[in-house]
Amino acid sequence: MNIPDDLLYTESHEWIKREGDNVRIGITDHAQSELTDVVYVELPKMDRQANAKEAIAVVESVKAASDIYAPVKGTVVEVNTALEADPGLINREPYGQGWIFVLKIDNADDLKQLKDADTYKKQIG
Amino acid sequence: MVPFAGWLMPVQYTSIVDEHHAVRNNIGIFDISHMGQLTAEGGSARAWLNTMLTNNIDKLDVGTGQYTFLLNEHGGIIDDLIVYRIGEQKFLLVVNAARTEEDFVWLQNHLKDERACRLENRSANFGGVAIQGPRIAELFHALFGQDSNLPSRNSIVDFQFEETTVSVARTGYTGEDGIEVFFGATDAVKFWNAALEKGKPFGIKPCGLGARDTLRLEMCYPLNGSDLSPERNPIEAGLGFFVDLTKPSFIGRDVLLKTKEIGPREKLVPFRMKEKGPPPRPHYAVFQNGERIGEVTSGTLSPSLNWGVGMAYVSTAHKIGAQIDIEIRGQKFPALIEKKPLYKKS
Repeated sequence: MNIPDDLLYTESHEWIKREGDNVRIGITDHAQSELTDVVYVELPKMDRQANAKEAIAVVESVKAASDIYAPVKGTVVEVNTALEADPGLINREPYGQGWIFVLKIDNADDLKQLKDADTYKKQIG
Repeated sequence: MVPFAGWLMPVQYTSIVDEHHAVRNNIGIFDISHMGQLTAEGGSARAWLNTMLTNNIDKLDVGTGQYTFLLNEHGGIIDDLIVYRIGEQKFLLVVNAARTEEDFVWLQNHLKDERACRLENRSANFGGVAIQGPRIAELFHALFGQDSNLPSRNSIVDFQFEETTVSVARTGYTGEDGIEVFFGATDAVKFWNAALEKGKPFGIKPCGLGARDTLRLEMCYPLNGSDLSPERNPIEAGLGFFVDLTKPSFIGRDVLLKTKEIGPREKLVPFRMKEKGPPPRPHYAVFQNGERIGEVTSGTLSPSLNWGVGMAYVSTAHKIGAQIDIEIRGQKFPALIEKKPLYKKS
């Protein structure tokens, strides 16, 4: 299972990539393989403000619909509209073209609450 | 792996979509060892079972089976199952895993003369696989020899496989041609591996519960616990074909006669989303002209159609072609009531 060292992670299987004042968010390789074939993604609305652990997107596989949570408090500044036409990007490139949204974070200190790759690796066993 | 009726079952081996297409285009194998097997044997078995099940057992010759229901006194569905006549006075009931014990207790409690009919729960003794897909004949011959003949539709025949005898039924739950094979539980691994090995040239894939669900839903085959329950009767479920109301008596008959006479309050209908969008899911509310008319019981993105499909119980507007709305996360998405099956082979 691919768990890049340079990313942060949540309990709910989102990955977080710091980009200055913003964070890019997607779901982990482990999550996409558990979810199975992704067939629909409901993206968050642009400019939406979200609290940490608030459900703001939905990833649907053949099997089920799963909520995607904002890992920290922030505002949605970018969404990956390519997923509307090709939701399978999440399965094929979970850490690349399969990203879901970008948050402008309120407080960079909030990122300290997130897991590093080793801790996430232990969580999924 | 997910817990399923006391069994640990894989939802998928590789990918639900790939497994689904393997069955539609080539061949797939499913572990169905979790399914329950009950046997009823004796001089009164035939007449007694005919009072317990909805379809007419008198139509079964030895070596043939039929789809049928076990109902409660309110006509509600305890289980849907296949009953095979495997001897002059012996019947095999293949039932849903989650209902096996309940079925057995229900039947046992209604069995008045245990000397004239012996009922047994043989589930722990049997393993089983379903092998489904258009290349079934080739794989069947690879497994059982070129001289063996595939049993005819709904028939069950014993074959020799290495040192053991296995029962092969020409039945399935996918809409593709195929067989279900039952063998002693200790032979399960051996048979599974042999079928996978011999199936390689035909593109066989092991398939999990996920593909089983998408395949059956495209055909509008009901899933017990989702589309069928003790609160629903076969007429409401649109499965009156498997109920013989000309039989003088069986449990639930009075209620079914009445439902047929006055018309069901709600009916299970297949539907297809009008536009591309989120797939429907169980328990989503169904609306028509702003009024709530029912609830989705099964829904998914159909891998064959690449489109959202499902089945729902609705109180009105059963007409094919009628527009309904499915409420998904607070938003209504239009859908059309369709004819069965949702997927037809071209």
